[in-house]
Amino acid sequence: MSDVVMHVWRGDSNGGDFEEYTLPAQEGEVVLDVIHRIQATEAPDLACRWNCKAGKCGSCSAEINGKPRLLCMTRMDQLPEGEPVTVTPMRAFPIIRDLVSDVSYNYEMARKVPAFLPPPRPEDGYRMSQIDVERGQEFRKCIECFMCQNVCHVIRDHEENKGKFAGPRLFIRYAELEMHPLDTNDRRDLVRDKAGLGMCNITKCCTEVCPEHIKITDNAIIPLKERVVDADFDPVAWLGRKILRRTKRTPQEASVQPE
Amino acid sequence: MTTVENSATRVDNSETPVVLGGTRGGPDVSTVRKDRWWISPVITVSILTSFVVYATWAAFVGKNYYAGSSLHRDLISPFYSPCLTASCVPGSTHSPTISWWTISPALLILIFPLGFRLTCYYYRRAYYRSFWWAPPACSVVDSHKSYSGESRFPLIFQNVHRYFFYFGLIFNVILTYDAILAFSMPGEGGIGVSIGTLILCSNAVLLWLYSLSCHSCRHLCGGQVRSFAKHPWRHKFWKFVTPLNAKHMQFAWISLFVVALSDAYIRLVASGTITDFKIF
Repeated sequence: MSDVVMHVWRGDSNGGDFEEYTLPAQEGEVVLDVIHRIQATEAPDLACRWNCKAGKCGSCSAEINGKPRLLCMTRMDQLPEGEPVTVTPMRAFPIIRDLVSDVSYNYEMARKVPAFLPPPRPEDGYRMSQIDVERGQEFRKCIECFMCQNVCHVIRDHEENKGKFAGPRLFIRYAELEMHPLDTNDRRDLVRDKAGLGMCNITKCCTEVCPEHIKITDNAIIPLKERVVDADFDPVAWLGRKILRRTKRTPQEASVQPE
Repeated sequence: MTTVENSATRVDNSETPVVLGGTRGGPDVSTVRKDRWWISPVITVSILTSFVVYATWAAFVGKNYYAGSSLHRDLISPFYSPCLTASCVPGSTHSPTISWWTISPALLILIFPLGFRLTCYYYRRAYYRSFWWAPPACSVVDSHKSYSGESRFPLIFQNVHRYFFYFGLIFNVILTYDAILAFSMPGEGGIGVSIGTLILCSNAVLLWLYSLSCHSCRHLCGGQVRSFAKHPWRHKFWKFVTPLNAKHMQFAWISLFVVALSDAYIRLVASGTITDFKIF
């Protein structure tokens, strides 16, 4: 088999550049295998975060030939043959070193999601039907690789939006809670005002890069946008709330976090 | 900052930016992608621009939109149906006419299907990417210095999509009625099927599929409930439209093409350029 040429980003917060590594190609390898071979042979100080090597831990997110992908799930034979393979860290987050990014932003925003808020426990316990359980299962497949956050141009290309935009991964969380039959909170105004749902212009890049094939846009973000329309832009729904004397929760009220 | 209140805490949702600092990794270029990511925006711009140019011309031209009894047909262009003004060609209107509207009758009604498509979640994705370049493709830098998306004027008005959906349903009923009328062959007797009949029927079916696969439709059918178990009928509706919703993009393109095809075909028949071939 021929050689593979890897252009790997080397650097830290002080700057960096591509370094070229040429290795003999081996059958059946994924990009992470080649990175490990580089570490074992030419660059023992090459930093790369990884864990399960099975596409389930979400640790090895990076950009391969410019596209966000898991290093462990990208086979070398899927990439154009005879061309150098470019590997860079996730672009939306600050670099720590080489291929390792600081993804704290996502955890900061996750802390702002009000948790599940069930009603007082009935004597015979909580009950849910299977169809309602199944609805949220898709969202629970998320492995928190944060590639959806990384590819989202709202923060990738506009640093100033960080802090007021939760991002696709957390919209999944909001959607899961809003669709939960036992949850009593109403996060619609919260997700609009504080989580920046309106900034999403549904270009579906998050869905395209999701390694778990979660339909983030169709099944989480757009349903959330429609719920916001119910709450804020639909006069028929407004009239219904007035007649039935239902009230929405303000972002402050929705921020209640059970202890 | 966390405050304690009645055995519950509040999450700090102030707009204080998350300060992380640090330099981003990777080169400072618009994209590292080497594939032909620009093909999709180019195709979208080409098709949508062609449609807009054609539709604008067809809407303003104000003639050859109805093939009536003189041609032994009852075919009306979807761009002009319902024809509501006094200037409508005789036979093309079945409703009280509006006399104060003096320009093309198409301009009176096209705002509704146009608004439905303009605010459609799929078309938004298509034109944000291809015309707005926000972003032109995934992992390609968007071309704007600042970005607020659909959270402010004017794009906040994208939230009216469901109202255009309601109007779109009314138009679907009217265009279905037109498709049924297309089976009649005035002057030749009775009912028949021509190429025009098939085109108008295809148009009506595709517009129904496009509307029923709409994200707002899916939400209104059942997506908005918290518990499917408590709303079994809405769950059934939701389950019916969900597979259609997965094909929304395809229905959006095909129905757009067939609407233009319907208008072009009827225009050619009405102008005498071609004859509407009767199949049986």
